[in-house]
Amino acid sequence: MNQETTPPLGLELIGLRKILGGRVIIDNLNLKVNRGEMVSLLGPSGCGKTTTLRMIAGFLTPDAGRVEVDGIDVTARGPEKRPSAMVFQNYALWPHMSVYKNVAFPLKVRKVLKEEIDARVTRVLEMVNLIHHKDSRPSQISGGEQQRVALARALVQEPKVLLLDEPLSNLDARLRVKVREDIREVQSTLGITTVIVTHDQDEALSISDRIAVMNSGAIEQFSSPTQLYIAPMTEYVANFIGSLNRVEGSYSGGLISSGSDVIGIRPEDIAFLNSHVEGSFPARVDHVVSRGHFSEVYLQRGDVKLRAFIAGDVPTRGSIGYAKINRAMIYRDGRLVNSNG
Amino acid sequence: MTMKHTAFDKARVVSSKSVLAIFISAMVIFIMGPILWLGMHAFATSWTYPNLLPNGWTLHWWHQVFLDSTLSSAIRNSLIISPVVVMFSALICLPAAYAVSRTNFFGRKTFLIGIFAANAFPKIGLFAAIATLYYAFNLMGTLIGVVIIQILGTIIYMIWIPAAAFSAVPRNLEEAARDAGASKTRVFRTITLRMALPGILVAVIMSFLAAFDEAQGTYLVGAPTIYTMPTEMYSLVENYPIQVAAVFSVLLAVPSIILIALARKHIIGGQLAEGFQIR
Repeated sequence: MNQETTPPLGLELIGLRKILGGRVIIDNLNLKVNRGEMVSLLGPSGCGKTTTLRMIAGFLTPDAGRVEVDGIDVTARGPEKRPSAMVFQNYALWPHMSVYKNVAFPLKVRKVLKEEIDARVTRVLEMVNLIHHKDSRPSQISGGEQQRVALARALVQEPKVLLLDEPLSNLDARLRVKVREDIREVQSTLGITTVIVTHDQDEALSISDRIAVMNSGAIEQFSSPTQLYIAPMTEYVANFIGSLNRVEGSYSGGLISSGSDVIGIRPEDIAFLNSHVEGSFPARVDHVVSRGHFSEVYLQRGDVKLRAFIAGDVPTRGSIGYAKINRAMIYRDGRLVNSNG
Repeated sequence: MTMKHTAFDKARVVSSKSVLAIFISAMVIFIMGPILWLGMHAFATSWTYPNLLPNGWTLHWWHQVFLDSTLSSAIRNSLIISPVVVMFSALICLPAAYAVSRTNFFGRKTFLIGIFAANAFPKIGLFAAIATLYYAFNLMGTLIGVVIIQILGTIIYMIWIPAAAFSAVPRNLEEAARDAGASKTRVFRTITLRMALPGILVAVIMSFLAAFDEAQGTYLVGAPTIYTMPTEMYSLVENYPIQVAAVFSVLLAVPSIILIALARKHIIGGQLAEGFQIR
């Protein structure tokens, strides 16, 4: 394959390594993000996702490895010389500047002509629906609005890579859903390569083209949300994404017997039936938690407890029926060996 | 139920208001009272005990102060020396304050506490020791000598307050500016310094007042060649009528009042208040 037929990647991290305070935070991290793609770095706190983001932005210099944007190595450049723009977790708006001045600042330092600054700031503030607040101070507007100013300040730079550091963590639950849809819409309209750091799997699953699940400084799995959910490559990822019944044993034809594999079963892959069918086993309903559009049913069979998501007819507590496992994921030594079982 | 609740709330508001009123009256009496007394003396022909008001009004004492060459030269000296002291103090201390707030150099804590300790003991002992040094360097009775002595008294304000102000500037605001394309110096100028400015302003005012007010060291080092307003006060109290001292005291209070009035807008309800709201 020659170079003309392969467009450069929007962002590529090659063999990144970072040691902070004598501890290896990131070790040999590789990531390829396509142009215009939205990628999440997902993981628990301390997994190195923020460190990775700060290396992309240029606030941290990697001890080894390279950061390439559109095929150009930017590793040696400071944050002010990189074609990336970041939205900070606490928005980091300058309190002594108006909304307009906050958004205009990146253009002002780049010595853009005044008329052009005005046009671009106005355009981007209209895009985030904040033009009526252009003369307000950051302290005078709500958290959701501050977050949009921060986004506008990043977008006005027309960055090649947009970086979002836990952008929704300071918003309340309802606003979070709205803002994440807004971000996704703006991102896909403008087609900006975007990396978002989050510890919230819902956020990652709903907003990203692909998700990189991180665990102690390395990427465990990098794939689409659906793939990540259906076929988590490691036990760690399976536990981290979605709900999971984790049973130790050996699995065959819907039945669990003693063994040394780890069987992961998604709660929605378990059905509860009144009569025996091929591959089902008797179970008792231990208790039921209503979740609105479905119910969480805890099934007991011997010493195995299974959680099932059941819509429609909800079995009553204490009733006895048959549990049918429709799909299970089998892990051996923490790695996926079968996801169709 | 709700009625009772509001009645209770009302009583609480009333009682807290009356406490506030008492507090404010006490402030007025204790702060404004002496100033008022001085102010009236400055314009009084004479004012003796049983009379509630002075016996007559005059501008005579003001004439005397401004026509007396030693007194007017003391005023001139004070008005020149204090700003010079503040300027040099800022030049020396502000970089130190920034370093203290942003780097963790060896002996940082000792340095900070050392500055504080120098102000914790009676200064006259320190000045006596400095005086012997001054004789050795021929600084006795010189302008430079007085400026140095006065800078000493301002250091604690010029380092501690701005250091706190620099520390209060959130790092991610600086990072955001770097990310937006600003160089390090530009970030310092437009974000760090700009946001620390209210604190620096407070330090400048405190330092100015400290320098303007400094008498012990200035007297020891400056007399008999250089007199400032506070050192002149000593001879005033002994050698002039009380009304002249009152005029002088009023003059001594003028810079404080002007400075605080100027700074009020910036400090209260200005950026200082706003700056700390941000997370």
